[in-house]
Amino acid sequence: MDELDRCIINALQGGFPICDEPYREAAEQLGISEASLLERIERMLAEKTLTRFGPMFQVERMGGAFVLAALAVPEADYERVAGEVNALPEVAHNYRRGHALNMWFVLATETPAGIAAAVDRIERATGLTVYAFPKLKEYFVEMKLAA
Amino acid sequence: MTDTLALDADDRRLIMATQGGLPLVPRPYHALAEQLGMAAEEVMARLQRLLDTGVIRRIGAVPNHYAIGYTANGMSVWDVPDERIDALGEKVGRLPFVTHCYHRPRALPLWPYNLFAMVHGKSREEVEVQVHQIAALLGTDCRAHDVLYSSRILKKTGLRIGN
Repeated sequence: MDELDRCIINALQGGFPICDEPYREAAEQLGISEASLLERIERMLAEKTLTRFGPMFQVERMGGAFVLAALAVPEADYERVAGEVNALPEVAHNYRRGHALNMWFVLATETPAGIAAAVDRIERATGLTVYAFPKLKEYFVEMKLAA
Repeated sequence: MTDTLALDADDRRLIMATQGGLPLVPRPYHALAEQLGMAAEEVMARLQRLLDTGVIRRIGAVPNHYAIGYTANGMSVWDVPDERIDALGEKVGRLPFVTHCYHRPRALPLWPYNLFAMVHGKSREEVEVQVHQIAALLGTDCRAHDVLYSSRILKKTGLRIGN
């Protein structure tokens, strides 16, 4: 990643235009050619510096549900439980974290009822209590970090 | 609760066609239009409406934060008075290193925390400094706090809507 890559990431973490030739418009603002911008985006995707280039959606606004949940998993059973949890397609992210609640995952479903069903399946598969932490209020979400 | 917006079948087709990313061609919305059998003007008008209504948060580059150097991420969690949480959450959410900030329920006695702020730094030390800044901002409203670092990614897939 060079200086120009950083500029592209910082300038384009939002605000990509909706017009006939958006890459040309964005490239002009960066003072580079459209071809150069396209080539760099393609390379950064291939290198996995970017996970995606396009719209970021808010699941709840599409009628779906999105809930953070945690388990207190006995260390001896950790790998088995991780396997059971990860096997559910509703589990979008899963992280090991340092706390008595040591497994934190996000359930994403097409409908709010899908969350309860997924929680139930995890509890039956693992024999553990699922602690659900649905958001009561969102103050800020902006996954923008300077490169 | 968040309002939901009525999406029609064409909105859903457009979401499914773009959730993996935009075509990397000079006229990406025209390419989508051709793929979906819609007019390019229709594709652009629908995307603009989804953006205006918040179904799309934003359009652009989604960096892999590990790849751009943010290798330390901590979920900072705080026990603050319920009657003050909205004002405090807004303040914490405005800090530049906080990427997500939410009010979530407690789960007593195991979990006394009701304010969650995700912080990202280039080192564990940087995250610790950031957590001190949040503590200073909350002052005596902070009754207890903790920081949960991720020690391992067990699963990470994008959020996808189906058919």
